[in-house]
Amino acid sequence: MSIHTKTIAQLAQGLKNKEFSSVEITQHYLDRINKSDLNAFITVTDELAMQQAQASDDKIASGNGGILTGIPYAHKDIFCTQGVKTSVGSKMLDNFISPYDATVSHHLNQADLVMLGKSNMDEFAMGSSNENSFYGDVKNPWNKNKIPGGSSGGSAAAVAGGLSCFATGTDTGGSIRQPASLCGITGLKPTYGRVSRYGMIAYASSLDQAGPMTKTAEDAAIVLNAMAGFDEKDSTSAQQDVPDYTANLNDSIKDLTIGLPKEFFSEGLDDAVATEVMNAVKEFEAMGATVKEISLPNSAYAIPTYYIVAPCECSSNLSRLDGVRYGYRCDDPKDLEDLYLRSRSEGFGAEVKRRIMIGAYALSAGYYDAYYLKAQKTRHLISEDFKKAFADVDVIMGPVSPTTAFDLGSVKDSVSMYLADIYTLSANLAGLPGMSIPAGFSNKLPVGLQLIGNYWSESKLLNIAHQFQKQTDWHAKIPEEG
Amino acid sequence: MSLSEQQVSQIAYLARLSLSDSELKDNTKDLNAILGLAEQLGAIETDGIEPMAHPLHMTQRLRADVVTEVDQSELFQSIAPNVGNHHYLVPTVIE
Repeated sequence: MSIHTKTIAQLAQGLKNKEFSSVEITQHYLDRINKSDLNAFITVTDELAMQQAQASDDKIASGNGGILTGIPYAHKDIFCTQGVKTSVGSKMLDNFISPYDATVSHHLNQADLVMLGKSNMDEFAMGSSNENSFYGDVKNPWNKNKIPGGSSGGSAAAVAGGLSCFATGTDTGGSIRQPASLCGITGLKPTYGRVSRYGMIAYASSLDQAGPMTKTAEDAAIVLNAMAGFDEKDSTSAQQDVPDYTANLNDSIKDLTIGLPKEFFSEGLDDAVATEVMNAVKEFEAMGATVKEISLPNSAYAIPTYYIVAPCECSSNLSRLDGVRYGYRCDDPKDLEDLYLRSRSEGFGAEVKRRIMIGAYALSAGYYDAYYLKAQKTRHLISEDFKKAFADVDVIMGPVSPTTAFDLGSVKDSVSMYLADIYTLSANLAGLPGMSIPAGFSNKLPVGLQLIGNYWSESKLLNIAHQFQKQTDWHAKIPEEG
Repeated sequence: MSLSEQQVSQIAYLARLSLSDSELKDNTKDLNAILGLAEQLGAIETDGIEPMAHPLHMTQRLRADVVTEVDQSELFQSIAPNVGNHHYLVPTVIE
């Protein structure tokens, strides 16, 4: 077994037993990143990584290492990292060396992790294919003509392609779960408010949530232990105790009741994806779980609701980027208005501009009630659907994405791209935790199974996913090299 | 309803974006397609439904009104496009 196919748990054991050092595994990953053509990283922090690896080895030698000490990871380029470029995939922040650490970055540093670099992403996390990055498309390790998914496409490709042991991601409308599904890895979007948003560059603040992207559910539990927690610097951070997410991984799930929303298995779902998802559900039945059909009647409205709420919040959040205090400024502005107009027009990409304009329009006088207020009311109905469903079932299962990874460049208009987010958006709108776990293949491309849980049920989701991964080996499959 | 190029141009200006002629044409088409999607919301009965602004229905936490930030203006201004005398510099606004 090579270093890059090992999980966090396996690397931690090997480091403890002196089978290899953090310097050795970090160098191994850096060599692989160097040779890779996936374009998974925007910045490779090789010098910093080697320093962190050496410090980790010293700490392990003195007997003070923790489970994550010396483990190399990829950090999505949306998290501020002090002294390191934090571009959020945009020309606007191409010159932005963050003067401070995001709370998540701080926690990961405290855990003695080794940051290999900042992973590629759709600009400002707006996209489902990683084709909206200023730094170019990311390729899917399973087939380099295919998209890796987005917006955390670099993170997913890095983990699936053996370029990092795990990665961080953020999920506003599916940006952890969908690339995890399309690249065949495990991804967890926690309950809204579970992980601090401080220093995580905002897209849509009432939806954004960070989480781990890993090889296994066990690894996701280990990383979430380090990421989660109340943060007084984030006004929407939840004052909720953080359990040990690894504590219940081995609980039995034989009394589990699974809900299958009929709306998630209707028109638009690829037959082969449906088959793999249902095979996974049957695996749970064989493990003793009960399956029930449920209904989320308003879930079809998740797309129009999301594509009003998120652009409204983004048009407000991104107004701070004006070329005055940091980020891109146009050459030779003739007056202040020219400075604003040209810095923003030259600094933002096409999809970001579209969403800013949709938001600006939907929030403008005379249209607010018809769009933003209406969408917030629909959001309430979508959330109520889940409340009713969770009175009867422990977990909801279904597909993550209607298809497997599609060809790079094949989806040309925004609306078609938005429609592929149908199964992931509702969990964000309701603020619920969701996961994607590897559940099979179609045409040699990975298919993910989505799990959606009730608020604060991350432990339960990880337990369910871990039990599935003990019975199956989809998560252990790796793409051919070359 | 659908937006005209003139309206899209006005929306762009409100968002402090300037669009080239071809961008204006493309965005008018795209924005109308996206708003067409949003029209589906009209089919839902939402009378008497509370708008949901926060997923956990939490109210914003308040903190004591005391200074907690330390002065890091030099660090913050070190990444600014143009500064002078501790000020952020922009083209002259008032002669």
